[in-house]
Amino acid sequence: MSAARDELLARIRAALADVEPVAVTRAYREVGTLDRASVVERFVERIEDYGATVIRSSDPAVAVAALLSGRVVIVHELPASLRPSGVELIEDDGLTALQLDEIDAALTTCAAACAETGSIALDGGPGQGRRALTLVPDLHVCIVRVADIVETVPELIDRLAPSAREGRPIVIVSGPSATSDIELARVEGVHGPRRLVVVLHDCPTVMSIPQT
Amino acid sequence: MIGRAALFVTCLADTLYPSVGIATVTVLERLGVSVSFPREQTCCGQMHFNSGYVDEARQLGQRFVDVFAGEPVVVTPSASCAAHVRHQYAELLGDDARGVPESVVELSQFVSGLGAVAIGARFRGTVTYHPTCHSLRVLRVGDSPLRLLREVEGLGLVELPDADECCGFGGTFAVKNAAVSSAMLADKLDAIESTGADVVCACDSSCLMHIGGGLRRRGSRVRAVHLAEILAGAS
Amino acid sequence: MVRACAPFIWRKFLPVPPSRAAARDAAPVVFPQAARAGLANAQLRANLNAATTTIREKRAQVVAEVGDWEELRDAAAAIKDSALHRLDTVLLELEATVTKARGIVHWARDAAEANRIVVDLVRATGADEVVKVKSLATDEIRLNEALEAGGIRPIETDLAELIVQLAGERASHLLVPAIHKNRTEIRDLLRVALDRPDLTDEPTELTAAARLHLRAAFLRARVAISGANFAVAETGTICVVESEGNGRMCTTLPETLITVMGIEKVVPEWRDLGVFLQLLPRSATGERMNPYTSLWAGVRAGDGPSAFHLVLLDNGRTRALADDVGRPALRCIRCSACVNVCPVYRRVGGHAYHTVYAGPIGAILQPQLSGESGQAGSLPFASSLCGACADVCPVKIDIPRILVRERARAVAAERQGLEGATLRRLGRILSDRRRYERAQRLTRVLQRPALRDGHLRWFPGPLGGWGESRDLPGVPAQTFREWWEARERGA
Repeated sequence: MSAARDELLARIRAALADVEPVAVTRAYREVGTLDRASVVERFVERIEDYGATVIRSSDPAVAVAALLSGRVVIVHELPASLRPSGVELIEDDGLTALQLDEIDAALTTCAAACAETGSIALDGGPGQGRRALTLVPDLHVCIVRVADIVETVPELIDRLAPSAREGRPIVIVSGPSATSDIELARVEGVHGPRRLVVVLHDCPTVMSIPQT
Repeated sequence: MIGRAALFVTCLADTLYPSVGIATVTVLERLGVSVSFPREQTCCGQMHFNSGYVDEARQLGQRFVDVFAGEPVVVTPSASCAAHVRHQYAELLGDDARGVPESVVELSQFVSGLGAVAIGARFRGTVTYHPTCHSLRVLRVGDSPLRLLREVEGLGLVELPDADECCGFGGTFAVKNAAVSSAMLADKLDAIESTGADVVCACDSSCLMHIGGGLRRRGSRVRAVHLAEILAGAS
Repeated sequence: MVRACAPFIWRKFLPVPPSRAAARDAAPVVFPQAARAGLANAQLRANLNAATTTIREKRAQVVAEVGDWEELRDAAAAIKDSALHRLDTVLLELEATVTKARGIVHWARDAAEANRIVVDLVRATGADEVVKVKSLATDEIRLNEALEAGGIRPIETDLAELIVQLAGERASHLLVPAIHKNRTEIRDLLRVALDRPDLTDEPTELTAAARLHLRAAFLRARVAISGANFAVAETGTICVVESEGNGRMCTTLPETLITVMGIEKVVPEWRDLGVFLQLLPRSATGERMNPYTSLWAGVRAGDGPSAFHLVLLDNGRTRALADDVGRPALRCIRCSACVNVCPVYRRVGGHAYHTVYAGPIGAILQPQLSGESGQAGSLPFASSLCGACADVCPVKIDIPRILVRERARAVAAERQGLEGATLRRLGRILSDRRRYERAQRLTRVLQRPALRDGHLRWFPGPLGGWGESRDLPGVPAQTFREWWEARERGA
């Protein structure tokens, strides 16, 4: 195995005998220019365009309660202020995939969101849990704080940099799962959740989740 | 104002489409340009280069440079030959290119560059314009030919659907992959005929040889005509 | 055979005869023949045309939204080049960061070595089946065949890959492997393969059937195999871009995850993803962003697989890296925008290319990776050099330039063919003005018996292709230069 490594590296070095280093010029737009209200508006427009449902609410717990029924998986750290009443909340304690398959929905927060692409990003931070939670159940309800929405993709990637450096797994989600494999006709709902609901709120106090 | 220019007529126009060369001379002289024709010229080597025959392409390129060195401006009625000389010679010949590539200008770009738009041409009929791939994507002539066509008296310009689709010529591709080339041609001819135009016009005799040959084979009433021939029309 | 004295203009368009060497090798399929089969299949052409037209329109729309598209392309090309030009260093950094994240890195010089590594890793887990995320690298090395030979059942989980696998076919498009099939053909296939005679041809229903079929496989899977769209050296992050959620299933649920990745997929910095995650989805599927992008480094306690293996694959990439003209082909991010705009691909389909990488990018990658002329010698010629591919390429690969370079190689390898002799002779004629003028005059004489109304309709031997659909004017009574001389004399 180390023979393969040595030979491969030797091949690369031999192949590169004639090259010069390349400087990267980043003339593209790294930071957005829209005002806050327009950023939020664009986020809503674009994530709806890709089949997600968006609800704006100053009281997410109430808004979420109206959406959910049956058994809902959450993480232990999800603040009480975000927990809906009237549904069976199950705190994830290492549920198996088969157990998750029996659950109706997942309720999480997110790490950041991106307006230009209508995306939310989860990095396993507080309120989000491990990746399987938002994957196996058929409905994902994600609470997005307005302050966490950035405008551009480079801004989103920048926001996620600390998590990446810590080695946390990250998922960027843009609408429910979809396929265009049959005549390029878009069909929503394949293996990931068939429905994605985003609950937008702008009350910073509601989500005073301690950062770990 | 450019007083004189050398003409690179191309081997194809010289041999099969002399009217394109004659029309080019007519247009240039009408614009007050004194035209010379260096007789030693033959071929720029584009076909050899594109077909993978690099040695021959280099030899023909060197020859081209020897023939045209010292000419401040070389005008050619072929976008693909101009593109070849301008974009490949530097790599093919290195310093031996002696500044010749920069002096080679495609006809519609040359005329537009003079600021001459209305050049007193008249043409009776409806024309659709096919932007050839090398004029569009290598030479990037933009809308120079269309602006010239719009100024031709009596000419009705109609838009070609899917204009930027390749006609399927591609040099030796037309015979090496004759079936694919013919299928691409068929679609192009359908698009041309759908416009109801009398004439399809382009800046390359090679693509026009392919399109015109296909129209003729079909028994179509549409004729394939080089831009120079339209601009030269005075009757 | 065209004799040396035949009209020179005919020779100008001589095709390459199948080379003698190629003819000896049990008559391999060359592109022009394979293309005829695609062209003759009206259903295929209709499917392809509908699909590529849709995807091109979607792409054009979402690319037009991005004001700094050209700046992104420039940056992407430079980032890829900067990584390729110090690939040893960047790969060693990736190895270090992945190892630090408790992943295990393997190096594979060729397909056989990569397959051996993967089969051994799967065997060590005791699993007899694996779920797979769509991966061109594993298609390239024919991993599925190696797994099957090792008694391991590979289950493709991308819908189109599943369709192709169930049909016992090969993919015909980098990104939409079943693009050659329409809904009715897919319905008929799934009715039998999934034992669902009730299925209609509604894509929603067909997709639901596949979901049901694969759900069980995901939930029981112990080992998954994926490719990688990008790997970030700085952070050890692997990136898989997908739509259906099958990628998330495979990279999240099983205990063991094995990623096979071409060494050219590495990018130096985390922020580089901010460039590629804009370019790739818009170029590939015409979406602003694909539904799911999974990013992980090594293993994470309590979240996802407990074992992660990264197989770094060469398999010809260092050969391409050594070629200063061909090197930029390694920037390719497999978006397939070039495929969708290619007028040749759109008429013949992917199967005519007889390679994992179809279309313009395949026509350069295949010869570059394999280093072979032979059968693949016909691929670089499967293009009219129209340049549409280079215009849409998000990493600015000058595909026509590399095609021409590969043509030169194919020609150098098989120079003694009829075309070689003819084009060399034509080159000699064109290198001498007197010879050239003599050839013009000679052609005028020789063409006479074949002329009809000033045109030729039929062409001898290998030139016959021209006559399939085109007439050609004969050499007229006066060439341009004869006109010019007459005028000079008169003046």
